[in-house]
Amino acid sequence: MQIYLPIAEMSVNALLLLLMGGVVGFLSGLFGVGGGFLMTPLLIFVGVPPAVAVGTQANQLVAASLSGVLAHWRRGNVDMKMGVVMLVGGVLGTTGGVGIFAVLQRIGQIDLVISLSYVLFLGVIGGLMVFESARALIKRRRMPARRKLHVHTWLHGLPFKMRFPRSRLYVSALLPGGIGLVGGLLVAIMGIGGGFLLVPAMIYLLGMPTAMVAGTSLFQIIFTTAFATVLQAATNGTVDVVLALLLLVGGVVGAQFGTKAGAYLRGEQARFLLGAMVVLVALKLAWDLIAVPLDLYSLSRMEEG
Amino acid sequence: MRRAARFSAMALGAILGAGILLAATARAQQLVADLSSHLIAITTGFTGTEVVLFGAVDGPGDVAVVVQGPAGRVNVRRKERIAGIWMNTRSVEFDDVPGYYAVATSRPVERLAEPSVLAREEIGTSNIALVATGAPPGRAAEFREALIRGKRSQGLYPEGPVPVTFLGDRLFRTTIHFPANVPTGAYTVGVFLFRNGQVISAQTTPLVVSKIGFSAEVYEFATRQSLAYGIAAVAVALASGWAAGAVFRRV
Repeated sequence: MQIYLPIAEMSVNALLLLLMGGVVGFLSGLFGVGGGFLMTPLLIFVGVPPAVAVGTQANQLVAASLSGVLAHWRRGNVDMKMGVVMLVGGVLGTTGGVGIFAVLQRIGQIDLVISLSYVLFLGVIGGLMVFESARALIKRRRMPARRKLHVHTWLHGLPFKMRFPRSRLYVSALLPGGIGLVGGLLVAIMGIGGGFLLVPAMIYLLGMPTAMVAGTSLFQIIFTTAFATVLQAATNGTVDVVLALLLLVGGVVGAQFGTKAGAYLRGEQARFLLGAMVVLVALKLAWDLIAVPLDLYSLSRMEEG
Repeated sequence: MRRAARFSAMALGAILGAGILLAATARAQQLVADLSSHLIAITTGFTGTEVVLFGAVDGPGDVAVVVQGPAGRVNVRRKERIAGIWMNTRSVEFDDVPGYYAVATSRPVERLAEPSVLAREEIGTSNIALVATGAPPGRAAEFREALIRGKRSQGLYPEGPVPVTFLGDRLFRTTIHFPANVPTGAYTVGVFLFRNGQVISAQTTPLVVSKIGFSAEVYEFATRQSLAYGIAAVAVALASGWAAGAVFRRV
């Protein structure tokens, strides 16, 4: 069943989009990540212009993260105060990111920057996850060493200290704000929620309780993706609602099955598989950057004026 | 199936009928042509379409049809390997690039007329008048080729001329194919009659490609009131995310 996408200005198979949404939704439910890092490259692969893929993905993530937050909210796993502080940074990051996006699009380097940031972030995070989970899988029989609640570093010497009672933390507001800022940049430039970066940062840099992390990062992601959607629509005109809705329907259904399947996976196994998948995507994108392109030339339509 | 067959038979009948009528008037005029439709409507189910061009001439000769889409400015960029990575470096801008360009001829283009005549009428992809800005002539030629190749791979400059077929020696017809990614706007369909390597008659017919219905409304909304559109997109996403959460809580 072919459907015409009004903003992407192309005709695609609606069933293919539902299926893509379903598969990515399944994986995101399974591993507890947004799945944007898989969906954006997939959309580009089926021929959606990269800019539209990024803008639309932000819109789709609004829905995905809201339905995710509702589940965490019912279990009381959302630290609102922390989320709001991160959001302040997130809004700044998104605004800056959308601006950078527009400039890069004008000078013709947006595709390169999207690919490079994917290779860099996915490669590093995925590699770390594989490494860490493989070590955990090997060492599992040994008794875990007792650790302090969190290690004190120079990060804890930053000014503007704030209390976060829900997470039982007393840290500088600059820290969650900074994490939010980076997350916002990623939403705008890469079209991903940034959960795969926010979650480890909140665990390892902030020392937040793991149970709180997923809900709080999703809470923050709703707002940054919503904000990014509005900005992308207003400045770059790259949000396709028809595309977003199709991905969303598949994604929501897939995520439910993924969450159920996830119950059968152990933590380290899930992290290892997710890490391996992330590294594979990074390697594929890296290959595309260094392999000789099919055509050295590319066309882009310019605005009249 | 049968209905489609009957429909196409009727369409053919109508075209032939119109053709006979045209043949009668063509005695006074050397060339008359018209399209099966002057509007291509891009609806939600649009997957590309075909338009039939039919006409009549007053005697033997060759016919060439040139379809040009709305012109715009196109930036052609060339990738080069820098530090092992392929990135865009040099670029050339072209003005007045037709968004769509197709040719149909009753004999191979190069045998219709002298190159200068073909160039004047812009018949054939190598004869499209493109103005390169900010590039030395040698480099422009290389980028021009890349531009045509790129448009061709997008299906917007269909490969090679489509045949114009004669029914008898007066009536002719051809089919022009438009892919799903055809740009919207005003098109011109130029029909040329050649005799002894000279254009002895020409006619231009307008054609409009326009988004219609739901996809048109979405596009209009997104371009006219982009901020409101963004907010609406978020509202739709929030509603569906909430609905999904509510539905699956029960399961």
